[in-house]
Amino acid sequence: MTARAVATKAQHMHSFDVIVIGGGHAGTEAAAAAARRGARTALVSFDPGAIGAMSCNPAIGGLGKGHLVREVDAFDGLIARAADAAAIHYRMLNRSKGTAVQGPRVQADRTRYASAIQTMLRAEPLLTIIAGEAASLVVETGVVTGVMLADGTALGARAVVLATGTFLGGKLYRGEERLDGGRIGEGAAHRIAAQLRALDLPMARLKTGTPPRLDGRTIDWARLDEQPSDTDPWTMSAMTPRRLLPQLRCAITRTTLASHDTIRGGLDRSPLFSGDIEGLGPRYCPSIEDKVHRFGDRDGHQVFLEPEGLESHLVYPNGLSTSLPVDVQQAMIASIPGLERARITVPGYAVEYDYIDPRALNGELAVAEMPGLFCAGQINGTTGYEEAAAQGLVAGINAAARACALAPLTLDRQTSYLAVMVDDLVLQGVTEPYRMLTARAEHRLRLRVDNAETRLSPVAAALGCLSEPRRARVQARTETLSRIRDRYSSRLSATEVARKGGRVVQDGSRRTGAEWLRFPGVDPEMLGEMPDVDPALLREFIDDCRYAPYLEREMEEAAAIGKANDLAIPGELRYDRIAGLSNEMVERLTAARPRTLGDVARVRGVTPAAVTAVLLRLRAAS
Amino acid sequence: MTQDTIFALSSGAPPSAIAVIRISGPAACSCLAALLRGGGAPPARRASLRRLYSPDGLLLDSGLILFFPGPNTATGEDLVELHVHGGPATVRAIGDALAQLGARPAEAGEFTRRALIAGRMDLTEVEGLAELLSAETEQQRRAALRSAEGGVRRQVEAWTDSALALSAQLEAILDHADEDDVSTDPRLMLRITTLAAEIGATLARPPVERLHDGIRVVLGGPPNAGKSTLLNALVGRSAAIVSDIAGTTRDRIEVPVRRDGVAYLFTDTAGLTESADPIEAIGVGLARDALLDADLVLWLGDAPPPDELANVLPVHAQADRSARGSPVGRIAVSAVTGLGIDALWDAIADRAKAMLPPTDATVLNARQRALAGRAQQALERAALAPDELFAAEELRAALRAFDAITGRAGVEEMLDALFGRFCIGK
Repeated sequence: MTARAVATKAQHMHSFDVIVIGGGHAGTEAAAAAARRGARTALVSFDPGAIGAMSCNPAIGGLGKGHLVREVDAFDGLIARAADAAAIHYRMLNRSKGTAVQGPRVQADRTRYASAIQTMLRAEPLLTIIAGEAASLVVETGVVTGVMLADGTALGARAVVLATGTFLGGKLYRGEERLDGGRIGEGAAHRIAAQLRALDLPMARLKTGTPPRLDGRTIDWARLDEQPSDTDPWTMSAMTPRRLLPQLRCAITRTTLASHDTIRGGLDRSPLFSGDIEGLGPRYCPSIEDKVHRFGDRDGHQVFLEPEGLESHLVYPNGLSTSLPVDVQQAMIASIPGLERARITVPGYAVEYDYIDPRALNGELAVAEMPGLFCAGQINGTTGYEEAAAQGLVAGINAAARACALAPLTLDRQTSYLAVMVDDLVLQGVTEPYRMLTARAEHRLRLRVDNAETRLSPVAAALGCLSEPRRARVQARTETLSRIRDRYSSRLSATEVARKGGRVVQDGSRRTGAEWLRFPGVDPEMLGEMPDVDPALLREFIDDCRYAPYLEREMEEAAAIGKANDLAIPGELRYDRIAGLSNEMVERLTAARPRTLGDVARVRGVTPAAVTAVLLRLRAAS
Repeated sequence: MTQDTIFALSSGAPPSAIAVIRISGPAACSCLAALLRGGGAPPARRASLRRLYSPDGLLLDSGLILFFPGPNTATGEDLVELHVHGGPATVRAIGDALAQLGARPAEAGEFTRRALIAGRMDLTEVEGLAELLSAETEQQRRAALRSAEGGVRRQVEAWTDSALALSAQLEAILDHADEDDVSTDPRLMLRITTLAAEIGATLARPPVERLHDGIRVVLGGPPNAGKSTLLNALVGRSAAIVSDIAGTTRDRIEVPVRRDGVAYLFTDTAGLTESADPIEAIGVGLARDALLDADLVLWLGDAPPPDELANVLPVHAQADRSARGSPVGRIAVSAVTGLGIDALWDAIADRAKAMLPPTDATVLNARQRALAGRAQQALERAALAPDELFAAEELRAALRAFDAITGRAGVEEMLDALFGRFCIGK
């Protein structure tokens, strides 16, 4: 057989609509989303057994991150359901601060989490899992048409999603040790990294790190404060009916001055301080040596001891991310109360990896200059499972759209954290690994963890992302919410509300139930008979009412302050032709490709004068 | 970059002793070289006396020339100033020559717009400059100069810094609640209230517009009390018709006056009376409106003024008529003898002082006041918010309002403030 015949046969044999490279949180979500939309999808992974692995902490969710999990769940994604399948500890953060900033978080059994992800992927009829190393992208006249595997197999596809995590040019650091790889004990993807660099994509390095893992049997639990799981039965996914596993406790301890002395003594052997690591790490998740170095006056830093699984003895000491040499790690652990005799099973390490400047992407997470190529997860400069999964969802939906001529996903910052993240990434780029925070969402009061389905499931249904049971649920939900709205649309007088115990001013006013619910002194039971509905939906409605005055004022203000923000920037606008823009502003704006004047103002480092210059040019042109 | 080169007469309308023509843009230097008929560009930022020629070789004038190379100029571009003789023909001929050389007359405000675009000025500075250029009194000039030199921007930036620090604390409580490195400042709400009060103090200062529009001094009283006569005496000319016939003044008569660097707008009004004459009745209605709207009322009636009038200065007019006596608590004046006119002016100036912004303080214009007021209200609501989320939202609203004053924005700045203060993360 000639080489040409092999290639033809190979293309024939292995042709897909969408190929996803990488089986982490971004890759699995991308593959599942594309397959749900009807795309014939392949997921290529070094080691199919490691698909769905949690490389770092055994937790899903948190502040800002919990929002992303709920939003992915509203599209019938995997992460929330897998989290529930593996959850051994539930905790609602910010419980006292209002649903807009509450953060659902679970500790997940690592084995069960990966196994839940793998089970869900196997259940997708259009999804094929391929074991192998993706050696290169097949690029024809600037368009990506497939992937070549290291064993010579050619896979054709109309769209390829890169979700390589820390494996792209990954290098591990621990004290003086240097290892190749994206995760301890695994290899790195150097060939594809070299190809991407050669393709002239804008790339740079970032770093992240992970703490040592401890043997839980060697921890003196009795001496430590315990943190029990929440007792109320909330779940991560709307589709999980109840808690599935027995719940474990976490424990809390603190570093000591002795720990800090030990760490300071080892700083000269830390790759972070020797200058060996060039990539920037996340401010939001600093290594313990960074914390001790930057905040030297503190007498201790909190450490959460998180169990890794029901059957596992491993414990994850959250807060001790480090790349110090193993002997220093051991001494540091021994200086912490309760851990004096704790044994390290796997030492902590730092990993440095390649990422693509996400400003090269458009809002669909497609590489603007290379049709057919999508990127999701840490390759785009983010950190965190939840951020990765959310991007995987967006990239997978849009890759399927390209491959099968379907509608792409369009979101805006007013309706989802997904959009906030994608928009921040493609517009602003990153200077450190990007982590979601509620502070990033300017419309935070609209974007609550309890209304993700209301906000997004209609969009998901229209795009064909939902299973039949979920569609039925969404429809029932919509009907119930509309019933609740009707129920609270009739007017009551202040006297009637007060008679039922409402703390309201007796000003003779008559308001609808929805309007009365805006007042902190009014509860639904003061407004007549309660509707017989799911209490969660009633709470969502009450929160809508409570937040309504703020949202109204926000809208008034937006109208008063910035009408110019919606002014569209024509795609052909040449910033180098605009008078008065410095070369730096021209570079930043050209890389960010803002779509509106509001976007221009949000591009990192762009001065008010530059915004004014663009505005004046737009005015002159119109 | 395809930027036109523009020119404009920057001094007052000719004829004048000297006319200053400014040229800005990439061809400013070559235009100058052409006017000089060669000889190369003159040394930067040094005045030299040279002859100027038209492109066809005619001598236009001789004058001082100055060349300022960009970008460190007012417009950020190459800038040339020609100080020539201020005859209309000279100015026109030089303009024609510049037009032949490819420059074009500037549109209104185009130099300032270029300065804004070049990042040489921000919005508040441009506003200040606009006010500076139209300043007619010393007080206006000082206030405008303060704004043009960034006084307003610096004030707003100081407020922004305070609000960012407060916002960072609140955001840390929201986004890092699970970490013990974030602790709540027990005086946080007090600090928010303090900032709101600080902004309130600036807002309580009289608005800058009063410097331009003048302090509205309205003369009121019954018919034939001598209001129009007193007005004429105060402004030093016959602005209002006077007669012995009651009800001579029917319309409102407004007379702008500048005195000791302060602008006033005097208004003469119809005497307050119940009139059957429909025209006079309309005049009385206008008078009431003017009196209610006044910054200062000169009340000429022997009976006390209506209760709804604020800031009244009681005047005992026609004091030369011996029958009228001299009641206590009213300034006795006579337009005929000039008695008491200076004393009345002193009293007016004294009251005016409190109504004008202090010359050494930052003064906001109407746009800036509206936004600063929005910020102040948001901060006051923040201090009373039921939880940290609502307080944080109000802080964000305040920051958006500050940003709108200077034209800035940015969540990243807040995050920077946050991470400079706290050890966050685990």
